[in-house]
This record gives sequence, C-alpha cells and structure tokens, in this order.
Amino acid sequence: MNAASHIKTIAKRELSAYFNSPVAYVFIVIFLLLAGFFTFMAGGFFERGEASLISFFLWHPWLYLFLVPAVGMRLWSEERRLGTMELLLTMPITSWQAIVGKFLASWGFLALALLLTFPVWITVNYLGNPDNGVIIGGYLGSFLLAGAYLAISSMTSAVTRNQVVSFILSVVICLFLILAGWPPVTRLLDQVSESPRLVEAVAAFSVMTHFEGFQKGALESRDFVFFVAVIVFSLFTTSVIIRSHRAG
Amino acid sequence: MINVENLTKVFGPKVAVQGISFAVKKGEVLGFLGPNGAGKSTSMRMITGFIPPTSGKVTVGGYDMVENPLPAKRLMGYLPENAPSYNDMTVLGFLNFCAEIRGLHGGDKKKAVNRAVEMCFLENVIHQSIDTLSKGYRHRTCFAQSIIHDPEVLILDEPTDGLDPNQKHEVRTLIRRMGETKAIIFSTHILEEVEAVCSRAIIIDRGQIVANGTPAELKQRSDIAGAVLLRVLGRSAAELRQKLQDLSTARKSSVVREENGAVSLRVFPKNGMNGELARSVADLVQREQWRVEELHTEEGRLDEVFRTITLPETSQPSRP
Repeated sequence: MNAASHIKTIAKRELSAYFNSPVAYVFIVIFLLLAGFFTFMAGGFFERGEASLISFFLWHPWLYLFLVPAVGMRLWSEERRLGTMELLLTMPITSWQAIVGKFLASWGFLALALLLTFPVWITVNYLGNPDNGVIIGGYLGSFLLAGAYLAISSMTSAVTRNQVVSFILSVVICLFLILAGWPPVTRLLDQVSESPRLVEAVAAFSVMTHFEGFQKGALESRDFVFFVAVIVFSLFTTSVIIRSHRAG
Repeated sequence: MINVENLTKVFGPKVAVQGISFAVKKGEVLGFLGPNGAGKSTSMRMITGFIPPTSGKVTVGGYDMVENPLPAKRLMGYLPENAPSYNDMTVLGFLNFCAEIRGLHGGDKKKAVNRAVEMCFLENVIHQSIDTLSKGYRHRTCFAQSIIHDPEVLILDEPTDGLDPNQKHEVRTLIRRMGETKAIIFSTHILEEVEAVCSRAIIIDRGQIVANGTPAELKQRSDIAGAVLLRVLGRSAAELRQKLQDLSTARKSSVVREENGAVSLRVFPKNGMNGELARSVADLVQREQWRVEELHTEEGRLDEVFRTITLPETSQPSRP
C-alpha cells in the first residue's frame, strides 16, 4: 500500500477511461492526420530538400495548443461533475497521488499518440540520412511540451466542472506561453521597449524558446528544467485549487 | 469508533454546521435525521475527511481525520449522497478499482469483490457499463464500493434513496446486520427506516443537534405518546367524553373519528399517569358495559416528533 501502487491504480483506471470511450481513437486519428498535414503540406517537408524532421516538430506547439487541452479538460472537471471526486478523495490516498496518477495516465496517452507518428521517422530515414540523435531530441522535447500543456489543462480543469470552460482557459494560457516567445511578438516587443532584457525575460517564459533547443538537437538543461518546472508548478496549483474547493 | 467534537463548518456567511458533538460505538447504528439543508451531508463530508471542518475535531478509530487522515480513511467506507461512480466503467471494473485502491490484490481482491457483489445483489449486471444501469443498480454499485473492504466504520448518506420498496427492505436488513459488528452512521428522510434500523437517532436542524436518543425515547417526546386510543360502538361521542372526563387519570379527551356508529377517541393522561390511564379506562369500559372495538396505548409517532422539533424553525421565511 505505498504511494507508487496507488498512483499506478489511479493511472490504470484513468487510462482505461480513455480507451473505454471513442474519444481516444478519434483523438489519435485527428492528431496523426493533422501532424501529417502540417509536416508534408504546410511544413514543406519535401521542398526543404534536407533529411530532418524540422517541418514535423515545428508545428507541435500549435498542434498541441488545441489537442492537449482537449485531452486534459476532463481530468478533474469530470470528477467534479460526476461527484466521484468525493469518492476518490475519501479513499485512503493523498490528493497528490490522485493528481499525479491522473496526470501520468493522460501523459502516457499523449506519448502513445506521439509514438504513432513513427512512419514519419521511417520516411525520413528511407529518403536520406538524418541525424537520429536530433530526432530523438525532438521527440523528447515534444513529449515534455505536451506534458507542460497537459499539466496546465489539469490545473484549469480543477477550476470548473464545465469541460468547455476548462478547455478555453487552458488554450488561452498555452497560447500565452507560445506567443511570449513567438518571433513576430518578440520583434514587436523589441520595437516598443528600449531594454532588451525585458524582451528576453518575457521570451524566457515561452515554450517556443525552450522547445527550439530540442528541435535543433541542442539539449540544454535549462530547457529541460523549464518544462519540468511548468509541470510541477501546474500540478502543485492543481492541488491548491482542489484543496481550496474542498475547504469551501 | 467515531468521535465528533464541536464540529463546525462555515461557508462564507452561512453557518452550515454549528458545534455538533456525538460519538458512535461499535455495534451501534446511528440515524441522522433532518430537513433538507440542515447540514447532514456537510457533517458527513467532514466526518469522512472530504472537507476540512472550520473548527472542531473528528476522530475515527482514534485517528484524527485532519492530522492523520490515511489510517482513519482506511477504517472507513463511505457512500456519498447521489451514489457517484465512474459511468464509463463496468460494475466489475469499478469494484476492482475500489478494491485495489484499498490495498486489496490478487485472491483477496477477488474474494472481496465477490462478497460485495453478493451482498448487494449485483450478480446480473457485473459486466455491464455503469451508465446503462437503472438508478437502483447504480446506487447499489456505489454501496458495494463502500463495504468492499469490510470496514469497521460505515458512513452512508441516504443509502435507500431511489430504491424500490423491496430493495429498501434488503438494504435495511443489510445495514441492521452489519450494525452488529460495525459503527454505522446513516442519514435518511424516511422515518420508518429509523425505527427499523437505528439503535440511536440524532435530529439535526439548521446545523445543530436538536434531539439525540433511541427511537423509543424520541417517540416519547410526541404529544400523543402515552395517550389511550379507544373505539366504542353504539354510544354518542358526548356521553363517552363525559364519562372519560370524570376519570382521575385523564387530562382531556378528543374525538378522532366518528363513522358507522363507532366513535374513536384519544384520551390524554394527566402528568405522570401514563401507566394508570389504560387500566382506569379499561375499568370504566367494564363498568359501563361499552362495546369496545379497539383499546391501546399509543407509543408516539416519530414523524410528529420530527415535525414539532424542526417545523418552528424551518417555517421561518428566511434563514440567517
């Protein structure tokens, strides 16, 4: 009866909840279709004339912007709507174990969807000789990015019993994290502000800045720390929200 | 097993529960009564550790629910109001999950699930998805969850809500049987249930305990408790009342019903004359050669007690 087995039990239930409903399959299909579309059509995979998955990973922050909140929006709002939260939190587990278990299940689900993009990797290896180390870095970054968005969705889903509200809130927050480091926005900030430090500080909050390193294969610990920090902070906030909701 | 001391919960400006204290021992079934919004569910949520109390203390099996919740929760089974469960799971999947989270694995888990399924009559639906079940089955599924680990303490929030009369009877029998070895608190609106199941009852109104005693003791507080009901054929009500008035043990009498030449009267005893009244009425009947159809002492009625205790307050137009 240790924490790990509680987390495992909760994660197992959560994961089976995804696959008990058609949502999981619909999500995976849509994700793969969109990933393919962006890579080959919008990203100009072939026109680039280079053996890399830049055009694949480039779109992930935007793709995840809508798809990850769609996965995470039900995490806690559904528990609140059904009243099962009362059941779950009166079991002999801590709310931390419940939060982490549910988060890991959804993250695992997203990891599965991401792994199913392996034909892209096969394609690029068939066509040329890409640097597979860079590609692994890209996948790792993409996985962490999805985790960061998901943790934010977990936080917003704890706020409300309405899944739509939860979805919109997390899209807005994730969008902010993209825009803070998106080149058009940083250029604009550059023009209006005199201090380059400010632009840098704002951009440091962006997932774009930190995801870039992973795409290029330049794995830096601060990028890694950034994503982990976002996840830990958001999950911690989730627990605070749940506690304050219970306290009334 | 359960100790509640001065439990208080304040939601913003509203005091939901105000300083309630009681204790439940092993082998006791405590009925929790009260009008809607009286604070029953809030109290139960605090006892089960779902919401923290504003002040006061709950201990279960000696463990403080706020400071040491996990061992306390391990001892406890809880059926929340409206019996929530994960709709997308099958009954079996749901019960397996609840057993695992209670630390049961392998053969123990299987045994526990089978036992709960059997006790709650769920055999026919164990492979069905919960959202396809009728309300009664959903309710029993959640009830099965609460007893899956054979807990020493059971907290049941309206366990018979939404069940048909047969199922209600089954659940009551189950609670009474389990009450012999466990400490049980259950809330209900149905007063006959209290008499059928509880060894003790608490009536709570506007967040405070207004009555606490065995069902028999509570019934004693009824106006009609101790009154004698008498039904006589072929005499006028006025004559009967006149004769009854002369009894030294009777305070007053009132006509309950007059039909088909029979008169039903209720005779109220003078203070402290409860025992003597029935005897003196019987003597009077013999002396006067009345043709009696019915003669008995009333025990009092719980619904009447409930109304007289809670009505003056709930009928006020606005609550503070």
